[in-house]
Amino acid sequence: MGDTAIKIGGARKSVFKDKVMKLLPDGGNLNACLTCGACASGCPATGLEGMDPRKFLRMAALGMDEEILSSNWVWMCSMCTRCMYVCPMQINIPQLVFNARAQWPKEKKPKGITSSCDMALKNDTCSAMGANEEDFQFVVEDVLEEYQESQPEFAEMKADVNREGAYYFLNQNSREPVTEPDEMVPLWKILHLAGADWTYGTKGWAAENYCLFAADNENWEKIVRTKAKAVEDLGCKVWLNTE
Amino acid sequence: MYAQWIREGKLTPSSDWNKDRKIKFTLQDPCQLVRKTLGDPVAEEMRYVVKKVVGEENFIDMTPNKSNNFCCGGGGGFLQSGFQEQRRAYGQTKANQILATNATYCITPCHNCHAQVHDISTVNDHAWETVHLWTLLNLSLGILGPNERAYLGEDLKEVDVFHPESAM
Repeated sequence: MGDTAIKIGGARKSVFKDKVMKLLPDGGNLNACLTCGACASGCPATGLEGMDPRKFLRMAALGMDEEILSSNWVWMCSMCTRCMYVCPMQINIPQLVFNARAQWPKEKKPKGITSSCDMALKNDTCSAMGANEEDFQFVVEDVLEEYQESQPEFAEMKADVNREGAYYFLNQNSREPVTEPDEMVPLWKILHLAGADWTYGTKGWAAENYCLFAADNENWEKIVRTKAKAVEDLGCKVWLNTE
Repeated sequence: MYAQWIREGKLTPSSDWNKDRKIKFTLQDPCQLVRKTLGDPVAEEMRYVVKKVVGEENFIDMTPNKSNNFCCGGGGGFLQSGFQEQRRAYGQTKANQILATNATYCITPCHNCHAQVHDISTVNDHAWETVHLWTLLNLSLGILGPNERAYLGEDLKEVDVFHPESAM
């Protein structure tokens, strides 16, 4: 990389890493790094912002809190967990990144993520694109009717909304109902042919949860609880998250 | 679940449409589904479905794959974070993996992956198409209508169209 060497300014006590260790089972093994570099060598985010997973962890271990908590790199790590998967000590670097994100003041977090989180909190649908209950139900029923007519083999196909007691509660990414409704249909047909007992719900149908990406713990939980309640209120057995 | 329904005979896909065309497909293992949740068994199930749908000889795996697969760079909010240049630099690892397979299509059974893999194809001379698995499953069941083909390339727009008269 040819970066300048990291200068350690005397004995600094890591506050951030210790804080995260208290949150994670076994402290996330954050002190167990062998510095082998398996994480960094297989990480697509290595090199972005002059950072990589090993460097991030080592800087945390050295107590360089200010540097790691101000690096944009935490928003470029997708928390895909490959680093932890290949790590001989299973060090939970993704959780270190997640908790670093959580330390950022809301106004400094990427707007695209926080505004999608805010939008999802406005409706019980949890849609990050702001689709409300009526909009969603209208689109589903409208598209269903169109396909029942144009493809008569599927005249009996269902895409129920709020049917109590269905086995599966199917969620749906907002992108389809809002921008490309025809893309919902192939899955409906598969479910129809397989004889699956499923329903959508007007509440909690949106699959996405940007509050999670924003590392906004309070609202992330709120979104999940809203969705879980929607599933329970309909008495569905399985909450189905699709492709 | 698709795999279970195929085994139970509820879904009967056929790869005959690709017997002569021999269009090659690769598969993105979504981190969320595979590495972070159900592991290699679900990755094997996906391959079972993909091979039924496109023909075993037309599936080319990426390297590395399954739980060891590289993330495409669409997850964790990266797509919405505003760091487009860095996101595409991240995605180039995935792009190179896809290019190495020489496949015409990359199947992405995950919404985030679909958006990201599609986007990184645009900065790689549109070298591949990015498609949902449900689209191909419908195609192989002979029930994919003309308006459900937004992510198919020109080579498959006209293949086995279900109710072509309903084209919009």
